[in-house]
Amino acid sequence: MQPLHLIATVTSDPEWIDINRLPTLIAAVVAVAIVLYTTYHRASRRKFKMRRIAGLNAVEEAIGRATEMARPLLYTPGWGGDIQRPTTIASMNILAQVAEKTAQYDCRLVFPTHDPVIMSVAQEVVREAYARTGFPDRYRADDITYVTSSQFGYAAAVDGMITRLKPASIFLLGTFEAESLILAETGHSVGAIQIAGTDSTIQLSFFIVACDYTLIGEELFAASGYLSQDPSILASVRAQDIMKLLIIVMLVVAAVWSTIGFLTNGGGEGWWTF
Amino acid sequence: MDRRIALIICFVFGLVMFAQFFSDHPVAHRVNQDVLVEYVQIIFAFALIVGVVALVRNSIKQVSSGQDRPFRMVMLAGLVSMPILAIGWGIEAGSPFQWMFENVQAPMQSTVFALLAFFVASASYRGFRARSVPAAILLAAALIILLGRSLMIGPLAHVLPDIAEWIRNYPSMAARRAILIGIGLGSLTTSLRVIVGIERTWLGGEK
Repeated sequence: MQPLHLIATVTSDPEWIDINRLPTLIAAVVAVAIVLYTTYHRASRRKFKMRRIAGLNAVEEAIGRATEMARPLLYTPGWGGDIQRPTTIASMNILAQVAEKTAQYDCRLVFPTHDPVIMSVAQEVVREAYARTGFPDRYRADDITYVTSSQFGYAAAVDGMITRLKPASIFLLGTFEAESLILAETGHSVGAIQIAGTDSTIQLSFFIVACDYTLIGEELFAASGYLSQDPSILASVRAQDIMKLLIIVMLVVAAVWSTIGFLTNGGGEGWWTF
Repeated sequence: MDRRIALIICFVFGLVMFAQFFSDHPVAHRVNQDVLVEYVQIIFAFALIVGVVALVRNSIKQVSSGQDRPFRMVMLAGLVSMPILAIGWGIEAGSPFQWMFENVQAPMQSTVFALLAFFVASASYRGFRARSVPAAILLAAALIILLGRSLMIGPLAHVLPDIAEWIRNYPSMAARRAILIGIGLGSLTTSLRVIVGIERTWLGGEK
């Protein structure tokens, strides 16, 4: 028998579109189209009712409490995220609304973070918020500070601030990891009213137990629209609901389809099998 | 004008990064590497200088005013000594830098992490008080999970692990997935709002 020899290699040109990601691309394009439609189409921007979110209704109460007690308000976006993360962007959006209120009430806002880029963005966000409300002189750049990039160094630094400053209200909004419960329990020990929200389902359970109000899932991302009542942002929140409805319909169809396929085919192969 | 430039840069990079995710071409991989790894590191390095300078300035101000003086002095001592040790004697095993890391920094981090054990206990105590129907359900589920994952003997030894597994795989997983879908959709709409310039808070909030 003749031995086989490799006589040529076959190469293909690299693909501009990854076929394996085509379903994701289609879903993304549909999602983008829905968001752009609800945002820019006049009819879809008509005022609609948004359900009450207890955690966001409590923002005003938390700031008012800190003002009445003449104690600061502490806001931190957690250790887990950097500025590229949508959760951090959502947190910055809420920070802008909170900063407007603290400027009006002349309440001290302390913002420790683990990331110098977040610090720079937060300084800009808070400075602009103070300027917008007509109180630029109340802005204190020193209160928006980078502490350390180390996870437990950050937790220790923020814990120290909470223990020494005894803030009346604490906002834990962003991406949190193991430091979540350390911060939330320390905040509870000084008697602060705590509003928390994160994109980590594991840390959410800690926040639900330890904090007064918790923003769950998409509530964190809807917060800036809810607080500012900006119609463009509210329209994109509506897009989220439409997409959620689509997903629910698809899940129900998939479950029914799969069940019928199993019952009729006994779990065998077929075009209807998932 | 400067904000318009920032918005244009954000829009272009947003589109490019969206497109590259769906491409298998080496150019797309290169864009990903350049933007997500190299550009971000460059920005971080410059921002770190700003962050550390602000931290040192605040600390010196507080030390001189007597506010939190001991804490700030320890922080400044650590901030100054570690780079000196690294530059002077290197960071190899057995160097003073490594000794400081292993015998000072690592134990301190472990200490803070260890606090979690106590905080979990105190938070659980508060969370698991059956004051309402949802809290009672939470308490029952937690007890079943806890006992189901413990070494047990007796008639429940075979039943509880199965119930615990069912709770984890069905009700708990369904709730987690629902939250994750919400988070995914929220991330998508937030990113889009930033890319198309509807959300400008990151620029200071100007409309």
